[in-house]
Amino acid sequence: MTAPSQMRARLVGSEPVGAYQLLTLDAPAVAAGAGPGQFVAVAVGGPGSAMLLRRAFALYTADPATGLVQVVVAEHRPGTAWLVHSPVGTELDLVGPLGRPFPLPAAAGTAVLVAGGYGSAPMFDLARRLRERGSAVHLVLGAATGERLFGADEAPDVADTVTVTTDDGSTGRRGLVTDGLTALVEDTAADVLYACGPMAMLRAVGEIAAAYAVPCHVAVEEAMACGIGVCMTCVLPVIGADGRSRMVRSCTEGPVFEASRVRWKDVGTLPADVVGADAMGGHR
Amino acid sequence: MTSLAQVGMGTTLAGVALPSPVLTASGCSAAGRELAPYLDVAELGAVVTKSVMLRPRSGRATPRMAETPSGMLNSIGLQGPGIEAFLEHDLPWLAARGARAVVSIAGGSVEEFVQLAGRLVGAPGVALLEVNISCPNVASRGQVFACDPRAAADVIAAVKDAADVPVLAKLSPDVTDIVSIAAACVQAGADGLSMINTLLGMAIDTDTLRPILAGITGGLSGPAIRPVAVRCVWQVHAALPEVPILGMGGIMTGLDALQFLLAGASAVSVGTAVFHDPSAPARVARELRDALADRGIPGVADVVGLAHREGRR
Repeated sequence: MTAPSQMRARLVGSEPVGAYQLLTLDAPAVAAGAGPGQFVAVAVGGPGSAMLLRRAFALYTADPATGLVQVVVAEHRPGTAWLVHSPVGTELDLVGPLGRPFPLPAAAGTAVLVAGGYGSAPMFDLARRLRERGSAVHLVLGAATGERLFGADEAPDVADTVTVTTDDGSTGRRGLVTDGLTALVEDTAADVLYACGPMAMLRAVGEIAAAYAVPCHVAVEEAMACGIGVCMTCVLPVIGADGRSRMVRSCTEGPVFEASRVRWKDVGTLPADVVGADAMGGHR
Repeated sequence: MTSLAQVGMGTTLAGVALPSPVLTASGCSAAGRELAPYLDVAELGAVVTKSVMLRPRSGRATPRMAETPSGMLNSIGLQGPGIEAFLEHDLPWLAARGARAVVSIAGGSVEEFVQLAGRLVGAPGVALLEVNISCPNVASRGQVFACDPRAAADVIAAVKDAADVPVLAKLSPDVTDIVSIAAACVQAGADGLSMINTLLGMAIDTDTLRPILAGITGGLSGPAIRPVAVRCVWQVHAALPEVPILGMGGIMTGLDALQFLLAGASAVSVGTAVFHDPSAPARVARELRDALADRGIPGVADVVGLAHREGRR
């Protein structure tokens, strides 16, 4: 993995895509060695900003040849609004590539990729790499509405089959992204699952993977302040190789985790058996 | 004008010579290793490590953080691996890189502080201990040792007895009279003071209609608290001009650092700025050197407490 670095990255493209904004950044140091599932942390608000915390975005593309990377931004608060409305030419303070990428299987097989909303961003690069290694790729994209899908048009280019679902039925099949997943896993004899999206979706995908005893790698979306492993805010309870649970950082030890290691129902709590919970003096 | 090469960046903090007056801040740079891609830890005045406790500690549930205007609230709850893992993995890493460590220690009782100080005796690369008697993210919700002169003094006296390096007492701004707490710590043997820790704060999510932080309250840091921090340093330096101070609270730039030196700090810690800019401690040192050169000031030692004196017209 390429070590992360901090750079001034010029915004060379910014265009709306559905409900999102696709930003293209000139960041050769990130593009040179990033893997699917890795992310960048961007400072927002310009010099002297009152918004101190970096915003983290999974890489959608990273092209070593051009030095360009792309991220997908959903505008909802002032920090993301600033990014979405930054004019082309803006110099952004970027740190990356950060986190651990999705692991690729040792042998060719059949992979099912599941994404919710703009959680699909890292899935296209992942799909391409899987197919380069001879794997079959089945891509499932879901969102609340058609507008909140990302990459549905591009999906047939990177996957053997594409399934699209929306909660309101405005695009694709009406329902949740996980609705037809059991059948898909069974029909394709999938031997690995990948997912990125909201926590509830990741948990559901993980449960299906567990039922079929196939590995499942998920990229979590935890709120981060720094992205580089120093602030300890993006933690969640994860079971380690030694069988003990710890509050681990999703920025450095994740964002990709084996789904069966994540204690989904305990996310947002402090389970009593987590290492060091006994030292909290009953204070949760 | 002073040329850049001539600016003396060395400083002395509680009797310890440091090559730069800019340090990291406890809880904002882990034990330094994560910053290695962004700066040279050996060039910093020192790495102030995240408060270590005797045992591994999970910290609180999430959410642990809320962004606030020019600041943030954190409610981590002193998550850490415990002193044994710290001694095995963290201190040797810093020592191998030639970095100086200011080790922040935190305990729930005087006895725990004493045990921590004892375990650190003879450990490699430890320049100073910073005694965290003021973390608001503990069970007592801000009713910390540093809110009571006697409790603060008890911890400091005991740590001072056990330690083999100079001891800094880290003070809370959430007190009526910080000078009386500072004086009590100095009387108990503190070689210097670190100030300030975060202020106890809170934010409420207007969509969920609930507190944002799982811990409900958290510590406020960042530029929002800088004027409070400068005021604290000023008051304590005015009352106790011989006592070395490590100043911190919302330092983002070299000029911010200069304010703390002028108020009476001998060195500064850069904390929350690291979340915004991982190279901030190195950048702040460069900017401070430039600012001193621009003002024709020969070195850091020449500005410590200067704002209390004649200033310049």
